[in-house]
Order: sequence, then C-alpha cells, then structure tokens
Amino acid sequence: MEQLPVTMTVNGMHYSRAVEPRRLLSDFIRHDLGLTGTHVGCEHGVCGMCTVLIDGQTARSCLTLAVQADGAEITTVEALGTPAKLHPLQQAFWEKHGLQCGYCTPAMLLTAVELLNSNPDPTRSEISEALSAVLCRCTGYQTIVDAVESAAGAMKGAAR
Amino acid sequence: MKPAPFLYFRASSLDDALAGLAGHGDDAKILAGGQSLIALMNLRLIRPAALIDINRLSGLAYIRQEDGTLTIGALTRQSTVESSEVIARLCPLMAEAIRFVAHRPIRNRGTVGGNLAHADPTSELPAVAVALGATLVARSQNGHRTIAADNFFVGPLSTALAANELLTEVRVPVWPAGQGWSFMEVSPRAGDYALVGVAATLRAAGGVCQAARLVYTGVGPRPIQVAKAEQVLVGRPSREATFREAAEVAADQVDPSSDFHATSEYRRDLVRALTRRALLAALDRCPKGA
Repeated sequence: MEQLPVTMTVNGMHYSRAVEPRRLLSDFIRHDLGLTGTHVGCEHGVCGMCTVLIDGQTARSCLTLAVQADGAEITTVEALGTPAKLHPLQQAFWEKHGLQCGYCTPAMLLTAVELLNSNPDPTRSEISEALSAVLCRCTGYQTIVDAVESAAGAMKGAAR
Repeated sequence: MKPAPFLYFRASSLDDALAGLAGHGDDAKILAGGQSLIALMNLRLIRPAALIDINRLSGLAYIRQEDGTLTIGALTRQSTVESSEVIARLCPLMAEAIRFVAHRPIRNRGTVGGNLAHADPTSELPAVAVALGATLVARSQNGHRTIAADNFFVGPLSTALAANELLTEVRVPVWPAGQGWSFMEVSPRAGDYALVGVAATLRAAGGVCQAARLVYTGVGPRPIQVAKAEQVLVGRPSREATFREAAEVAADQVDPSSDFHATSEYRRDLVRALTRRALLAALDRCPKGA
C-alpha cells in the first residue's frame, strides 16, 4: 500500500512518519506517536472524544486524515499540564468533580481551552453550548460546567 | 471504523484539482473540510477510489463584497463565516444559520462549499442559499458556469454538479436595507441534525408585508420553498394573525416523511410553529413602524 510522508508538530515536538493516506489523524496520534491521551469513540464525528487542536482550533481527529495535517501544529491533552503542575482547567475538573470515568475528559478540556481562549468570561449557557460538542455519559455535565466556570475565574485572576 | 484504501491527491492549484476531477470523474471525491465525507468513508457507506484534497487552495477561501454582491469562496471555513463582521452586516441570515451547523470543532474544519455540495436535506446552508436566491459557481476544465441555488439542489446528497465540476464560489445579493430575517430550527440537542428548520426573510412597510421568503430544511429531499405561504403574506398586514395564516398554509403544503427521529405529523407541527415564530422575529428586525 502506498505510503506518504507527513511531518507535523505535536505538542511542540516535530514528528516525521510515512503513513497510508487512509490513516486517520486520531490513529496517527495514538498508534504512530503513542500519545494515548486522545481517545477514540464513534469514529464518525458524533461523540467528540478524539478532539484535538489543529493550529489552535478544535477539530475531530477522526474526521481528519493524517496526511491533511502535514505541516500543521497539533495540541493534545498531553500538552496541558503535568501531575505536579496541572493546567487551571485540569485543577478545576479535579476540584469540581468534572469527571467520573475520564473517557471524555481530554476532549472536554481541549474544548474548554478553545472556549476560554476566545471568550475568557463565558456564561453557563455559553459553556454548555461549547461543551455540547463532546458527549459525556457519566457526569450529567453539571460538574463539568462548574469546572469550566471555576477555571475561567481562576485564569482571569491569574492574568490580572 | 476506518476508511477503505484510496488514492490521495493533494491539489496545489485549481487547475490541478480540475485535472484530477477530469481524470478520475465519478470515482473521485473532493476533500474539503471532510466533516461529512470522512464520516461516510469511516462508516464504509462510500468507498471513493481517489480523494482530491483542495485544502491547500487558499485562493478559494475568501469573503468579499463586489458591487452589490457578496462572494464567498467555497473553501471558506464555517467558523470563519460565523465570526465574520462582513457576513454579519451583509448576510445576517447566513450569520444566524451557520451557528446551527453541527458544533464548533466541525465548523472549524467544515467549509461553505462542502456543506452546499454535500446537499444534506436537513442542512441549514442550502435552505439559506435558496432563500437568498444565491448563485453557485461551478468550474471544470471546460470553463465555468453559474447555477441558481434553486436548481443546484436536486435531492438527498445530490446536486446539479457534473462529475468533472468543482463548486468554487457562492454569490448572494448584498442584504437589502429594511429586510428582516430569521433562521430557526428544532433539533433534539444543540448541533444535532435539524428535525425542521426555516429560513425566513420579510420586507414590510407601513404595516403591510411587501415580500417574503420561506424555505424549509428537513421536510423534503432538498430545501423546500413554500410559495403559497409567501403569497399569503404579500399585501397583508404585518402582524401575528397574518403570520398564523401563512404558517397554516406552510404546514399544509409541506409533505415531510416520518423516520426514527420524528413523525411526519410532528414535523408538520414544527413547520407551523417555526413559521409563525420566524416571521415574528423577522418583523422585529424590519425598520420600526413596518
């Protein structure tokens, strides 16, 4: 099978690989790069588990071919924080019980990153609308909305 | 699931893309945002032999005002339309409708041209294009032609585009002063496919409706314009009683089908309710005293 070269920056690191054109970006990130923080659910764009940032914007990595991301800058959940120094959103998810099983959490976090980048002081309804891009089957969403609201406050405070 | 194997061809110019289409014809698919195409491929509902990736054709991504026309390049991302001040000013109906297209991550990748060329019968932009009398530009190696939006949408996932043609541009008249508008839809959850949606425009003066457009999504194989309901409005008082009459006619004229998501009767009910609400909202946006 034909393989094509792709080069991209993922979380600040440069990667070059040869892939089949049909390699999904989600599989490229998980299988070829070993970054398993990006989860995979439905693989047809409905559930949002595979959300990553492509050049700073959220995207379904299951609806993007790895070859399309040639030259792009990708951010996955691994870039957000470390166990010793959590990102304010991760800290807020911890404090507000914004996760149960954790499967949707990477996607929720990245979706919230994009929201707070463009709208640092969102209303609860704006938070709900943004998070509607990602399915969660445990929490009932309320604690996730709480967490994003709390992180927005913390991030504004830090920026002051 | 994963897509079946295909040949991948990254177009580096418009000519390149058109040559690819001419060479592969029916076996090739244009890859723009890929938000519907790759989903269908992952599900193995389609297995194109080749994909022609037009994402590097940055010359196809633009929003411009040329005389009385607003032109939108086919590769313009939906989220670009959403945040465009030009669109908000010159095509507020599209600005309102685009927010109903799936979710932000989808709109970040999905394109205006891709949405129209995919021609999903529940999609928002096709109804907007028909309501505004948009003109679509198709190019092939043989040249280009323009297609009225009303003739472009043929049926579910089916358009007037020939196998060797690429949709490159959408043209809509710059918004006429004093015209009200509203796009409304009902879907089970934000971002889901619409059960029913309506694109409405209304012109009114001195308490009388002058002109109206009512185009529905989700009630047929393509966007459905209900001329009889529009005619109910023209020359009549611009108030709720008239809108109720038009809503009854619209509900009577459409013939939605039943499926897993909603019955035909429920969709008809939604047409009735959304027509009345959309006309009231559109009237609200006409100049005061209209």
